[in-house]
Amino acid sequence: MVTSNHSTNTNNHLSKLKNFTYKYIYLVIILIFVVALTILSPHFFSYNNFINIFRQVSVNFILGVALTYVIITAGIDLSVGSILAFAGVTAGLFLRTGGNFIVAILIALLIGSICGLINGVLVAKAKLAPFIATLGMMSIARGLALVVTSGNSITIDNANYTFLGSGNIYSIPMPVIIAIIVLIISSFILRKTWFGRYLYAIGGSHEASRLSGIKVDKLIIFTYTISGFLSGVAAVVLTARLWSAPPIAGQGYELDAIAAAVIGGASLMGGKGKILGTLYGAMVIGIIRNGLNLLGVSSFLQQVVIGVIIILAVFLDKMRNKNE
Amino acid sequence: MAKVLQMKNISKFFPGVKALDNVDFSLDSGEIHVLAGENGAGKSTLIKILSGAYQKSEGEIFLHGQKVEINNPIKAKKLGINVIYQELELALNMTVMENIFLGKLPLSNRAFGTVDFNKIYQETKNILNKLGLDFTPNALVGDLRVADQQMVEIAKALLGNPEILIMDEPTSSLCDSEIERLFTVMNDLKKADKSIIFISHRMEELWEVGDKISILRSGKMITTESLDEIDENGVTTAMVGKEIKNKFPKQKLNIGDEVLKVENLSSNKGIKNISFKVNAGEILGISGLVGSGRTEILRAIFGADKIEEGEIYIKSKRVKINSPNDAVKYGIGLIPEDRKQQGLVLDLNVKDNITLSILKKLAKSGVLNEKKMKEVSKEYIDKLSIKTPNMNFKSKLLSGGNQQKVVLAKWLCAKSNVFLFDEPTRGIDVGAKVEVYELMIELAKNGAAIIMVSSEMPEILNMSDRILVMHEGEITGKFKAEDAKAENILNCAMGGELSGNK
Repeated sequence: MVTSNHSTNTNNHLSKLKNFTYKYIYLVIILIFVVALTILSPHFFSYNNFINIFRQVSVNFILGVALTYVIITAGIDLSVGSILAFAGVTAGLFLRTGGNFIVAILIALLIGSICGLINGVLVAKAKLAPFIATLGMMSIARGLALVVTSGNSITIDNANYTFLGSGNIYSIPMPVIIAIIVLIISSFILRKTWFGRYLYAIGGSHEASRLSGIKVDKLIIFTYTISGFLSGVAAVVLTARLWSAPPIAGQGYELDAIAAAVIGGASLMGGKGKILGTLYGAMVIGIIRNGLNLLGVSSFLQQVVIGVIIILAVFLDKMRNKNE
Repeated sequence: MAKVLQMKNISKFFPGVKALDNVDFSLDSGEIHVLAGENGAGKSTLIKILSGAYQKSEGEIFLHGQKVEINNPIKAKKLGINVIYQELELALNMTVMENIFLGKLPLSNRAFGTVDFNKIYQETKNILNKLGLDFTPNALVGDLRVADQQMVEIAKALLGNPEILIMDEPTSSLCDSEIERLFTVMNDLKKADKSIIFISHRMEELWEVGDKISILRSGKMITTESLDEIDENGVTTAMVGKEIKNKFPKQKLNIGDEVLKVENLSSNKGIKNISFKVNAGEILGISGLVGSGRTEILRAIFGADKIEEGEIYIKSKRVKINSPNDAVKYGIGLIPEDRKQQGLVLDLNVKDNITLSILKKLAKSGVLNEKKMKEVSKEYIDKLSIKTPNMNFKSKLLSGGNQQKVVLAKWLCAKSNVFLFDEPTRGIDVGAKVEVYELMIELAKNGAAIIMVSSEMPEILNMSDRILVMHEGEITGKFKAEDAKAENILNCAMGGELSGNK
């Protein structure tokens, strides 16, 4: 008994250290990246570069939040990138007619929400697999964006509108401010409201949730609508930053968004995921990309690195869960 | 009789836990040996050691007097030890013969990797015949009834012609006639000098099929005896560690006013023309074979299946129930048979599961009221004496009995008044069973109306005030508890003459 006590003690220390590392592993890993990149590149550790990273990350983060919501319910949304393009070009077309910038924003948000709503109805009511329903919407929204613009980029010169993407408040870029607002609200909803709790319940078990009296269908429709709405938000941020709305904008963004959510601990099986985790996921991708750019690594090789990071991050998370 | 297997001084340590403590176990050839014990007593650990899934920490295993090391499941199979686990492990999308030969498909041509389907068809057919099964080797396993799937699992285990067969609760999803068939098969195997280790939570069947019994409690082997020398009371006492005086704490209660009435109910899942009522303080038992529509009655009332015809009345007022959400509003709670998939969200903690149905009501303009949630959870954890380290404990890790209590707590805090129990004590320990029964009585005392679907005859006979019997979606028998006899109920369940006296 005495010997076993001794070994439990060392075990305890070890597991404490393990727990600590696991708990703050996000910060630890980001810190490692930052230190490594600072040593490797003289341009990396500067205020301007960090602001730059944040700005680049903001769109992916907003879409990552959309995916986090959907993934928690054990769904997936492949259409966020296409919805972004469609919402963006409709807002752009409206601005081109001399329309008010607030109305333009509302149009983008509305278009996004409607696309999301359709996704939700297809999943919850028509019982299509989320992968299929949103794969269809991915093609439809992209096609519509190309149709209404005849494939041409829409130039945006409304200064009020472009401020949202290019302006600063106290030298903080607007995209970062919008991302922070999304972060606070979406995190609050997931953690503090009954709606958030029900999303986790639905992801954990559809059937048990339904048999507990939760209106599962309605909540799922709402979740996809939120995802579409956030795609609209991302559309505004991106097009305002680019001063133009290209119909091919956001291609492949859905994959980055999924990666951000999954690196952040969301489980494609549902029931798991956190907004702060998604922020971490988006930051990891952003920092790596930025660092590799500064180091002059080719964009081809960057893709390889990002892929490895995704697999590694999720693998680490699996190990961590096993440990728990 | 020759000793086939001897396990000596087996211990198994997990971090912080001694799952098995110096356990001896032996098996004769041609013997059906019952292994009994509550959940967590060490039954499955012992079996897993024998089947190579776990490694023993201490002790020795002998087969025919020869010392063996069972390092992995493949080794166990080579040594002639096969296990049929409780959870069926079949590929539902494949045929019976493919499942039976899974992992050992014979090839007709090595180079091309083509499967010799003729051979597996013939061999499967032989095994199925031997077991008296009437489906073809080509049938999709997913299309079979659960009982037949169970038989496929057994056929699969018999394929390697094992010497020792371990059956972990093979009867838990079977109805009585199917159990009879299984017992016949087991007896045939016994005659062929095979040894069977048999685990079951159904007390009454132990004497029907078993020769000997070994009883584990908290990782220790309490006793090994011939089943002729021990009675039910003795077994329970050895398992629980104390005597359970009253297995069915049923009381005669005052029956109050009508709470629930259904008239001519038909659903899209095959129940036809169902009419009955339940009063306050009453327990209505529903018996019948698996697939007879027992569960579907509950699901229809609860709005989980679509009602096609008929009316439901709550306290004499007609109500429309189109979804479980409606049912919850009218004070109906469903305690489903499949607790892990349908009753609980396993990944959520105890507190979240208890408050799952009323979360929205507890919230203020959408924001959760954590304080209220804690208060409510604590209240019901105390009231139902749910054994959990704390309310933030994952429901997945609770014992079956405590999980069932959490489901019940969910409906209690939703202020339900009609409780639909589907197999309320399936997979629950003897001791915890009594607690669940006591809770049901407590509910009835407080004026709740209870419907209890059960496959267990003693439960139906001893806990119900009135009994309905189902056959192919229709009610074929109605009994008062005091006039009900098992054979009459069985007769109705098989579709016999309506022999009930009102």
